[in-house]
Amino acid sequence: MDYVKVSYDNKIVKQFAVATVFWGIIGMTVGLWIALELVFPKLNMGIPQLTFSRDRPIHTNAVIFAFVGNGIFMGVYYSLQRLCKTRMLSDFLSKLHFWAWQLIIVLAALSLSMGITTGKEYAELEWPIDILITLVWVIFGINMMGTIIKRRERHIYVGIWFYIATLVTVAMLHIVNSLEIPISLTKSYPIYAGVQDALVQWWYGHNAVAFFLTTPYLGLMYYFLPKAANRPVYSYKLSIVHFWTLIFLYIWAGPHHLLYTALPHWAQTLGTVFSIMLIAPSWGGMVNGLLTLRGAWDKVREDVVLKFMVVAVTAYGMSTFEGPMLSLKNVNAIGHFTDWIVAHVHIGALGWNGFLTFGILYWLIPKMWRTNIYSKSAANFHFWIGTLGILVYAVPMYWSGFTQALMWKDFTPEGNLSYTFLETSTQLKGMYALRSIGGTLYLIGVFVMAWNLIKTAKQGSFLANEDVEVPAMAKTYNKPKGEFWHRPLERRPVQFMILALVMVIIGGVIELVPTFLIKSNIPTIASVKPYTPLELQGRDIYVREGCYVCHSQMVRPFRSEVKRYGEYSKAGEFVYDHPFQWGSKRTGPDLAREGVGTLKKNDSWHYMHMLNPGEVSTGSVMPPYPWLHKNELDTSTTAAKIRVMQKLGVPYPEGYDKIANQDLMKQADQIAANLQTEKEIESSSTAEIIALIAYLQRLGVDINTETNLQNQVKK
Amino acid sequence: MHYLSDIDGVSIYPIISLFIFFVFFIGLFYWVQKMDKSSIDEIRNIPLDNSNPNNLNN
Repeated sequence: MDYVKVSYDNKIVKQFAVATVFWGIIGMTVGLWIALELVFPKLNMGIPQLTFSRDRPIHTNAVIFAFVGNGIFMGVYYSLQRLCKTRMLSDFLSKLHFWAWQLIIVLAALSLSMGITTGKEYAELEWPIDILITLVWVIFGINMMGTIIKRRERHIYVGIWFYIATLVTVAMLHIVNSLEIPISLTKSYPIYAGVQDALVQWWYGHNAVAFFLTTPYLGLMYYFLPKAANRPVYSYKLSIVHFWTLIFLYIWAGPHHLLYTALPHWAQTLGTVFSIMLIAPSWGGMVNGLLTLRGAWDKVREDVVLKFMVVAVTAYGMSTFEGPMLSLKNVNAIGHFTDWIVAHVHIGALGWNGFLTFGILYWLIPKMWRTNIYSKSAANFHFWIGTLGILVYAVPMYWSGFTQALMWKDFTPEGNLSYTFLETSTQLKGMYALRSIGGTLYLIGVFVMAWNLIKTAKQGSFLANEDVEVPAMAKTYNKPKGEFWHRPLERRPVQFMILALVMVIIGGVIELVPTFLIKSNIPTIASVKPYTPLELQGRDIYVREGCYVCHSQMVRPFRSEVKRYGEYSKAGEFVYDHPFQWGSKRTGPDLAREGVGTLKKNDSWHYMHMLNPGEVSTGSVMPPYPWLHKNELDTSTTAAKIRVMQKLGVPYPEGYDKIANQDLMKQADQIAANLQTEKEIESSSTAEIIALIAYLQRLGVDINTETNLQNQVKK
Repeated sequence: MHYLSDIDGVSIYPIISLFIFFVFFIGLFYWVQKMDKSSIDEIRNIPLDNSNPNNLNN
C-alpha cells in the first residue's frame, strides 16, 4: 500500500483549547456572580454593568458561544483532520476563524454589559456583531467543507455528519432569527413582532440547544469516546439512524417553549408531539455512547477521561428525557417560568457540555504535549468536586422550581391566592444560596483543571505539526456489491450537506410559515394601539436593562394566573411588539397587566421601586436601578425609531416622526408632574425613569379598554 | 391575505412531504438492516485508525 505524508495542525487545536478553558472560567465566574446577586440583591452597587439583568445574558452567551463554541472548534479541528487524514484546508482560514471568533466574544461581552442588546434570548447581540458571526461561520464552513472534500478517507465518518448538520443549521437559524432593521450602529428592531417573533425566537432558541450544544458534541462523542476507550462505537447502524432521526425531529420542537402562551394551539401541539418523539433518537445516541464502553467498564474506574465522559453522556440522557417530559402540557404548567428550567438546562450545560469538554481536554492535552497528565489525583478531584457541584446546583433548583409552582398555584379555601408573589420569591432565598455553593464547587474544579493542564503542558513538549503517514486514497473505487443510495451519499459531502439542510428547512418552514401567512392565526384586536413615543423609548430601556430576564409578559390561561395578574394574554395584543418580551423565567412577577386593575401602582411607586426595590417591597431580590433616575433620555433617536416602526407596518400617521418628540415631552411632563403631586419628587421630565414608567403604566391597558367597551355594549 | 389557503390544492404539499420522509426513513431503516458487516467494521474503526503502525501518536 502506498503511503503519503500528512502533517496535522495541532497549533489551532491548542489555541481553541486555551480559549475553551479561559472563556469557561470567565463564563462560569459570571454565572456565580449573578447567582450571588439573587442572594444579595444590592451586590450590583448601583452599577449597571454589574447588574443581574445585564450580566445574565453575558453568562449564557459566554457559556454557550465562548466556552462550548471554542470547545466545538477545538474538537472539530482535531478530529476532522484525523478522520479525513488530511490537514485543514487552509491554515490562514483556521487562524482567521480563531481570532475573529475571539473578537466576537469580546465584542459580545462589552456590548451586552453596556446594554446593547436585541432582547432575544441567546441571540442578544446587535446587528453588526450578527453580521460578523455570519462571516466567521462562512469561514469555518469553507475550511471544514474544503477539508472534507480533500480527504484521504473514502468514507465520511458519522462524527463528521454531525459537524455538517451543525454548520448548515446554525447558519440558517442565525440568519432567520437575526433579521432586523437598524436604527443606529447599536440598536435595531427585529422584523417580526409579537407571536411571530416569539415563534421564530424559540425555533432559534430551541435549535441553538439542538445544533450548538447537542449535534456538534454528539459528533465529538462519536470520535473522542471511542478514542478514549480504545474501542469502536457500539453500533454504527444505530449511529446512522440516530443522526437522521435526530436532525429531522429536533427542528420541529421549538414551540414547546411557548406552551399555554398566545401562540396558536396547532403550533403548540406540533412542538409537544415532536418533542416526545425526540426521546427515541436522543436515547439512541446515549445508549450508543454508553454501550461503546461495554466490556470496558473496568477502565472507567481507572481512567478519569472516561469518568467525565460517562457522566456527560448520562447527563445527556437525563436532560433529553426531562426535556420531552417538560413539553407535556401538564408538566409544563408546573415547570415553565420556574427554577425547574434552570435546573434542567444546567444538567445539560454542566453535565453534558461541561463534562464532555473536560474529558476531551484531559485526553487531548497530554496527547498533543506528548506526556501524561500531570496529576491524576487532581483530575480525579476535579471529577468528584464537579459532580458534587452539579448535584448541589441542581437539587436546590428543582426544589425551588416545585416550591415556586406550588406556591403560585395555591388557593385558600375562600378562593383567594394563598401567597403574594413576593412571598413566593423570598421563600426561595435559601435555595438560591445553596445553588451558588454548587456553582462554586463546580468552578473550583475548573480552576484545578486549568492548573493541572498548564502543569501537564509544562512537563511535556508541544507538537505543533504532527507528521504521520497515511494510506493514499486509491484513484478508482470499486463499489462493494449491493451498495446503493445511502452509502454513496456518505462519500459526497456537498450532497450530504444539502440533504441535511433540506431536512431542517422542511421542519422549519412548516412550523413558521403558516403563522406568517395565515392571518387568522393572529386575530387582531381593534383596541390595541401602537406605543406612544415615550412608551416606545421606555420599552427600549426595558429591553436594554434586560427586564425580560426575570419578568414575563405572558399571562397563561390558568385560574391562578388570571387571579394574580388579570385577563390572560391574547395573540393580538403583541402585534406592535418588536421584539416580543414574553420572557422565559419569572424571578419576579409577570408584568403583562402591570398598568391596569389591581396591579396598577402610581408613578411615584415605580420611581421609588426602581431606586430601591428592597425597601419598597421588603425582601425583594430585585437589584436597584438608580442610574435610570440620573440618565437623560436620548430623544434624538425618537424620529428614527418611529420611521423604522412605520417600515415594519406599525400604523403611526405619516410624518409623525417629525412631531413625535412633542408628544413625548407632553407625556413626560405629565408624569414628572404626577411625581411632584404624589410624593413631592423632583425629577427631570427627560430622565430615563420617566420613559420607563410610561411604558410600565401602558402594560395591559389596551386589552383592558376593550373589556370595558364590551361591558358597556352588553349593558 | 390568506396566501396559503389561496393556493389551489395546498393541502397536497404537506402530504407529499410526509410521503417523502416516510419513504426516506423506511429506506434508511431497510438499508441499515442490510448493511454489510465487514464494511461496518471497517467504518467504525476509522477513528481508531491502526492502519499504519508507524504512526505512534494516533
